[in-house]
Amino acid sequence: MPEKWIVLRNCGVIDPKRITTYLDRDGFKALKKALAEMPPEQIIEEIKVSGLRGRGGAGFPCGLKWELARKAQGDEKYVICNADEGEVGTFKDRYILERDPFTLIEAMAIAGYAIGAKRGYIYLRAEYHHLLDLLGKAISQAREKGFLDHFEIAIHEGAGSYICGEESALMESIEGKRGEVRYRPPFPPSRGLWGKPTIINNVETLMNIPQVILNGAHWFNQIGTERSKGTKVFSVSGDVKKPGVYELVLGSQLRELVMDLALAEKVKIIQVGGATGRIIPYDMIDTPLSFETILGAGAITVFDESRDIIDIVHRTIEFLAEECCGKCAPCREGTEVMAEILERFSCGEGVERDIGVLEELSNAMMLSSLCGLGQAAPNPVVDSLQYFRSAYESRIRKN
Amino acid sequence: MIPTQGKKQEDLLILLEEAQNKLGYLPEELMAELAKSLDMSISDVYGVATFYSFLSTKPQGRNVIRICKCLPCLLKNAQAIIESVERETGIKPGETAPDGKFSFELTNCIGACDEAPAMMLNNEVHVNLTPGKISQILKACK
Repeated sequence: MPEKWIVLRNCGVIDPKRITTYLDRDGFKALKKALAEMPPEQIIEEIKVSGLRGRGGAGFPCGLKWELARKAQGDEKYVICNADEGEVGTFKDRYILERDPFTLIEAMAIAGYAIGAKRGYIYLRAEYHHLLDLLGKAISQAREKGFLDHFEIAIHEGAGSYICGEESALMESIEGKRGEVRYRPPFPPSRGLWGKPTIINNVETLMNIPQVILNGAHWFNQIGTERSKGTKVFSVSGDVKKPGVYELVLGSQLRELVMDLALAEKVKIIQVGGATGRIIPYDMIDTPLSFETILGAGAITVFDESRDIIDIVHRTIEFLAEECCGKCAPCREGTEVMAEILERFSCGEGVERDIGVLEELSNAMMLSSLCGLGQAAPNPVVDSLQYFRSAYESRIRKN
Repeated sequence: MIPTQGKKQEDLLILLEEAQNKLGYLPEELMAELAKSLDMSISDVYGVATFYSFLSTKPQGRNVIRICKCLPCLLKNAQAIIESVERETGIKPGETAPDGKFSFELTNCIGACDEAPAMMLNNEVHVNLTPGKISQILKACK
């Protein structure tokens, strides 16, 4: 399936510093249409029918999330844009924010109107501090033009923490606390930021909203596969000739992205979805990219034949052990023990029972961790044991 | 050290970020002062201060070097960059130079994987690094 620009349609076309260049590209028409012609319920219905699902990795239906927040009781409600793009190998949101901050602002204003919120936050990771000024100026320009009369947007800067991309940790961080995850339920649409109904959407999810409003749900609904509508923006890096950001219709093959567009050669391993994503061998490169198969937040890291799978998994688990918030034992202890075992394998000092321990730990963590990090942390271990088991067996100490 | 009038507990992280920017680190006295004015325990303030990797409770150099050590950068030979920073500054990751010019840290993914290897120098991102580039960038530091 081809490349198609819905999310990236303005990137490289408009001047991100000048709102007039955005207005020339139908900018804020969707917001005007929404405010003038569409009651909030109709907007939500449109998003629901479009089939738009969350692009941050979890794939939750966007319209349903908005509907829950709309229907929830609360004197105040909030819209949060998750711009804490911390997944290893992901940089698409940075690319988008650098080139088209206005679509995001318009989308947040539509979201605010739809759920009945007067205030929105953009949670921007500390590593993207260099975007603060650009984003702030884009918000001021939108305000001066009168597009934010009903809705106020504040930028909240993170302070260096991967887990704060997890929605409940993100809200804790906005509330000024340690970014530790919350027990759920209650879920954010009923009790989120400051205990009020809140929606949290990824940058890329929101970028789709104005086009859905302007072109209609049925236009969007015809793009993609049965359960994955629209496009996905991918960040491709590693052993490829053309690393970068690519937007493809959902359901496109991994081969098209990695081999045809990013020009990889002699591929051995592909990590799809970053540290908590899936690891697959080259012979599965014809897998389509969709919510039904593999996707995550769209981080694609390519490893050629010179790379060692144990090293890759070891580095990945070390990262997760460092970034774990420490709240629940399965993740806090599990990632540490896994890192220790993988360290031994990486220097050829694995012992016979280690593989069984890794499998047992993986099961326990997937079942009992509090949040997505802990539940998905074993993915690289589970996948590599499935597809590259002999690499582990060859590192077991002989004597 | 940091004005706290009218501030609430929910402003703690923002106040700590402000202090970090202004003072380069978070001294114990500052955390005690914040705890008092926000009506929280010192350990709660310390808990937030030590949770985030861009906040430091130890004095840092005037320039903080953060080299990305995640896989996409490692694949593009971040190790050579780490070694060239060690040579140029005379310090290892986790250390601050005795003259206070540099602190050197390894950090997790900074979202510049398409232009790896990458690093942050204070708030700036530098990409497509080579040992030659490192030498130039660090020489320009004050």
